Amino acid sequence: MRRAHAFLVAWAAVVTLPLLWAVVSSLKTDREILTSPWSLPATPHFDNWSRAWNQAEIGRYFGNSALVVGGALLLTMLFGATTAYALARYPFRGNRLLYFGFVAGMLFPVFLALVPLFFVVKQLGLLGTYPGLILVYTAYALPFTIFFLHAFFRTLPTALAEAAFLDGCSHWGVFFRVMLPLARPGLVTVAIFNFLGLWNQYLLPLVLNPDPDRYVLAQGLAALSVSQGYRSDWSGLFAGLTIAMLPVLAAYVIFQRQIRSGLTAGAVR
Amino acid sequence: MSHDRHGRYRFLAGAILPALALYAVFVLSPYAQAFYLSLTDWTGVSGQVNFVGLDNFTRLVGDPLFLAALRNNGLMLLVVPVVTIALGLLLAVLVTFGGRRGSAIRGASTYQTAYFFPQLLSLPIIALLWQFVYHPNDGLLNGLLRGIGLGGLARTWLGDPHLALWAVMAVLVWSSVGFYMVLFAAAMAAIPTEIIEAAVLDGAGKLATLWRIVLPLLRDTVQVAFVYLGVLALDGFAVVQVMTVGPGGPDNATEVIGLGLYRNAFTFSKFGYAAAMGVALFFLTLTLAVLAMRAGRRDKVELA
Repeated sequence: MRRAHAFLVAWAAVVTLPLLWAVVSSLKTDREILTSPWSLPATPHFDNWSRAWNQAEIGRYFGNSALVVGGALLLTMLFGATTAYALARYPFRGNRLLYFGFVAGMLFPVFLALVPLFFVVKQLGLLGTYPGLILVYTAYALPFTIFFLHAFFRTLPTALAEAAFLDGCSHWGVFFRVMLPLARPGLVTVAIFNFLGLWNQYLLPLVLNPDPDRYVLAQGLAALSVSQGYRSDWSGLFAGLTIAMLPVLAAYVIFQRQIRSGLTAGAVR
Repeated sequence: MSHDRHGRYRFLAGAILPALALYAVFVLSPYAQAFYLSLTDWTGVSGQVNFVGLDNFTRLVGDPLFLAALRNNGLMLLVVPVVTIALGLLLAVLVTFGGRRGSAIRGASTYQTAYFFPQLLSLPIIALLWQFVYHPNDGLLNGLLRGIGLGGLARTWLGDPHLALWAVMAVLVWSSVGFYMVLFAAAMAAIPTEIIEAAVLDGAGKLATLWRIVLPLLRDTVQVAFVYLGVLALDGFAVVQVMTVGPGGPDNATEVIGLGLYRNAFTFSKFGYAAAMGVALFFLTLTLAVLAMRAGRRDKVELA
């Protein structure tokens, strides 16, 4: 048992040390980082954070990420839920073909689509725009969302929906007032899964979002780390890293049970 | 259902068409076009597309950069899934059965919380963090080694062609282990305790119980993990692009297929050639998935 704990603690240290080191370094001066890498800062330099947020434009990237991910999440959940529900509950010709067509999207690597996708987005005039990124994010999040919610809607009881139809409820009424509330646990799970996936996107914005003013967070930070002005500004970069990491980690510590079960449920699909 | 057909079809159209339109335009059509483009010499100038048959693919086989990428992704494919799954299983076993008389260990959920952290961060951010960790003079890793008197082991991790790819693989393993550990631990916790107790009553030792009872019951989960980690190992783009010298260096030691594709398309405008790389990557992924699924089908264990 001792040995078990020793090993578990060792791995916990391997995981957390680099993260802690980044957070602590983000509060030090460049000089402190280089001369005494192990000590705590003499005084915490939160000005690193404000420098990263304002001058290095991490704040702007953060806002861009929030906007794009928020928009894409909303569209993904709306379109994904209506489609999954229609395919799960309404038998019609071509239903299974549509379902498998959507789900097949999970099998292909994004790299395969990358070159043609760039030109599709360019021809639509959506290159480097928020709507372009939102629509593409949504399109690539749909297969898993539909797959997951399709299975979920199938497990829901039919009696309530039938009663609502008898009461004269319309198809949309039944969907929004009866089925969607019943599907809440599934919606929350898939929303968490999608949020993390979309928030962490890198390849799609790298290719489709070339305008530095519209960079998303990961993209902006990566660009910052190779830019002339900031490459050697360790405290600023650590502050940017910390700003990018802390909100997600904090949200995780609060909602960890849902997030863990949601993400692992997503893997066993 | 007793409603007019009209309302029903209008509902179905409204429910499905928006998703279908987005999916067709941004997902299906690019995938389909990729196969066609891979057979052309397109450089992005409209109207100037020549069909060149399999030329791009014959060139790929003779392209030293692509071959280096293939070799590196191949090594990653051999190393990353096996190491990640082994570590994940070990940690999951210790957390789930490491306590008194085979129960969960004390602090099990705290361990799981900490292990899961990297899963929440995006790979470019992780790569940036590890670029600092690997820094030869002021990085965490060499600092630690010097601090505990092992300064002789300090290296220029990303600058040494013999070490750089291993440094990349270590980051991929570091970022993945926690997720698979949580996945395996959940699967282990779902095994009915009677089964394990029965094995112990029959006189099976700890290791035998683990090897003969627990691991076979996790077969499906491990199989899924192999496919996912294999896909991750065939990618590696974000970590390599952000973290390594060049990127892809030194001496192409960390070149990966995705990086070559990105460079050929968006730096050199060789879009046909890049599309061929995408097609090659697709067939590699497909082969991997089929192999993993077939390997897992043999003598499947099921709980009655």
